[in-house]
Amino acid sequence: MDMLKKFTHSSLMLPLTALALLLLFNAIFVDGFFKIQVMENGNLFGRPIDILYRASSLIILALGMTFVIATAGVDISVGAVCAISAASCCVLLGGDISGVAQHPFFIAILAGLGVGILAGLWNGLLVAKFKIQAMVATLILLTAGRGIAQLLTDGQIITVYYKPFSYIGGNIPGIPLPTALLIAVCMVLLVIILDKKTSIGLMVQSVGINQTASRYAGINVTLVLFCVYIFSGFCAGTAGLIEGSFIKAADANNCGLNMEMDAILAVTLGGTLMIGGRYYIGGTIIGAITIQTLTTTMYAVGVSSDRLPAVKAIVILLIIVFQSQKFKQMYSNYKLKRKDRASGQKEAVNA
Amino acid sequence: MASDNDNYILQMKHIDMFFPGVKALKDVSFNLKKGEIHSLMGENGAGKSTLVKVLTGVYQKTNGQISFDGNIIEPKTPLESQQMGISTVYQEVNLCANLSVAENIYIGREPRGALGNIDWKTMSKNASVLLKENLGLDIDVNKTLGFYPVAMQQMIAIARAIDTKCKILILDEPTSSLSDKETERLFDIMRSLKAKGISIIFISHFLEQIYTICDRITILRDGTYVGEYEIRNLERIDLISKMMGKEIKENDIESNLDKSRPHENVFLETRNMTVPGKVKNLDLKIREGEVIGLAGLLGSGRTEIAETLFGVLQKSSGSINIDGTDIRVKCPMDMMNQKIAFCPEDRKVQGIIGDLSVRENIILAMQAKDGMFRHMPRSRQNELADYYIDLLRIKVSDREQLVSNLSGGNQQKVIIARWLATQPSLLILDEPTRGIDVGTKSEIENLAVTLAKEKGMSVIFISGELAEEVRTCSRVLVIRDHEKVAELSEDEISTAHIMQAIAGDYHGHA
Repeated sequence: MDMLKKFTHSSLMLPLTALALLLLFNAIFVDGFFKIQVMENGNLFGRPIDILYRASSLIILALGMTFVIATAGVDISVGAVCAISAASCCVLLGGDISGVAQHPFFIAILAGLGVGILAGLWNGLLVAKFKIQAMVATLILLTAGRGIAQLLTDGQIITVYYKPFSYIGGNIPGIPLPTALLIAVCMVLLVIILDKKTSIGLMVQSVGINQTASRYAGINVTLVLFCVYIFSGFCAGTAGLIEGSFIKAADANNCGLNMEMDAILAVTLGGTLMIGGRYYIGGTIIGAITIQTLTTTMYAVGVSSDRLPAVKAIVILLIIVFQSQKFKQMYSNYKLKRKDRASGQKEAVNA
Repeated sequence: MASDNDNYILQMKHIDMFFPGVKALKDVSFNLKKGEIHSLMGENGAGKSTLVKVLTGVYQKTNGQISFDGNIIEPKTPLESQQMGISTVYQEVNLCANLSVAENIYIGREPRGALGNIDWKTMSKNASVLLKENLGLDIDVNKTLGFYPVAMQQMIAIARAIDTKCKILILDEPTSSLSDKETERLFDIMRSLKAKGISIIFISHFLEQIYTICDRITILRDGTYVGEYEIRNLERIDLISKMMGKEIKENDIESNLDKSRPHENVFLETRNMTVPGKVKNLDLKIREGEVIGLAGLLGSGRTEIAETLFGVLQKSSGSINIDGTDIRVKCPMDMMNQKIAFCPEDRKVQGIIGDLSVRENIILAMQAKDGMFRHMPRSRQNELADYYIDLLRIKVSDREQLVSNLSGGNQQKVIIARWLATQPSLLILDEPTRGIDVGTKSEIENLAVTLAKEKGMSVIFISGELAEEVRTCSRVLVIRDHEKVAELSEDEISTAHIMQAIAGDYHGHA
């Protein structure tokens, strides 16, 4: 009973319930939703794997976004940074049809990640040093990012025929799970270690709740903000490599398009508030998976891709309303009233 | 007494101003005669600005009556009151720096030509004449306002006010950014306006200036009306005691605490420490095991001194010497490494991290000092939190309770615990007992003295409650207008002496 109470009061309750309901819907209406098969080449295949695989870059972006939002900021440039990262990696590999890479693979990967970190540094500089509001500061890269990616690719979509590049978004031969999913798991582990074994989490929350008081407590607020945006940039760089590898090409216009919004959504679905402060890593991950499950479910029941956003909006609206403080308050008031009425009736009967 | 009423240009009677949850003004009256300079006095937060804002239509009063020039008025907007003849010049000049001087003076009421176009020539000419005849200023009115120094901008703002045919001119802290010479010039202008029958409401923190220029004074305290006085009948010492709400008794013995005896070693010494506009040439010496007090009116610069010693503000000249070596300070962490701790004045904004738990708030400064990557194990965190919850008797349901749910006194104790955990050599307490119940208050006073006595800690105790300083401190520095004006030690310390020093009439032990 105590466990149950603890669970129903925990912040994970709503996101988990939403996900559970979605899965229940699938179990009833979609045939063989939970079936996982082993393919001829030994890879695992099935809807659950597919959802996790498709959600992996979103999970990674949302992890970085969680820390940013916890400091009462936001990073809306991550989608565009994905595009820059993918572009720089693909340009270095080159579009040689024979499948030969122009530069070593690891250098191309480092370039993609490095560009993400650079973007984070830039955002951090604007937010932490120049005290520009996070939304405005990161808007600059949101607008300029795809232009930079276009410049890198010379305005063309570079298709990479170099085989190992496709492993990032696919499977490394001999490993049954998709690489993207493994990368996401590694990132999650990294974040959990940072969260538990360092006091970055404490500093981030403290800065998000009360910047002035944090400064008076000796916290280097500038450094904390810098770290947070750099980490978000690094996450965007990683996600960019995955997104690029999905289509084996650098598409400056579409790579990571609108993903910043999905990342913010995942964080808020997970229970972290936009005003900063307490963050919930577990909630964020579940939020990201929920969004992807929703998409996959809609496709499975035959909603066409142009109608998808509308259906998605309705479901998300419901979740967010249920999660709001106002609704919780109304609900508890309602429960109190019912209790009052019940006890009132009892008294009347007793009298 | 009709003739008596005729003398008054403005009468505000029984004014109440309630904000949600706060009574900013309670039954305040204010009477202004024709052609007088009347000062509105009170500490910060006494309600001076609120009263002015009620008069100028920024706020709408909850109750009461305002009669102006024989009519009852209800100003709804600043524009409305301005049109009636009530003009305000604020501390920060609120004109447009990128428009010309002439445009600033005539904005919204530009002289028009035959076709309704703005007659620029007449405008410039009028502006020059206005400035020259009324204020004796001969300047180029076509230059932008921002070109001129702040003092000049203030004069221009006054010129604008005069030209709108005002009957009441409100000057809100006009001298805080002016030099002595500029202030003198402003006073000349004020006298000539007075001679023309304009009434002036003058708000200033500088007692000297009040006594130079004003005819009468109205004193407010905590949003209530204290009284209205002729300036020549009011001694400075009485003015101070009325503002602070304390009767002065000579030789009052309030000390019942056994005070700490300072050691020989000097822990911290400042020489000529200056922060522009905040701290002036401060010499300060703190010994180990000494509790010293900083006394002065709110806004006198007590807090700024503390903030400079903690590295929140940076000195522009002078030196800070700790344990015999001069140190350079860039941020609070530099001072934390010198074992200095600071509990700031505004508990809610500068102190607590509301949505973090008591445990997290207590370990925060220590963790910040250790750095992000030297994470304190949870068991150690719990141990520390429990130790200080027990030591300071912080009332919590458990250590994971959110700090925002505690009472003010317990929040204060959490912040003190946060700093004690860093094992400081100097603890600066800025208004540690404000808004706290009596029991907790004396606990905190006792704690300050005990720390000095038993651990040899140096303590700086800042409080607006003089009795508290008298009880705890073995030395009191009196601060006025950002400067140290007196230093009282041992048996010189009494509320009467401190107040005399604030008023500027204490001249040592006579």
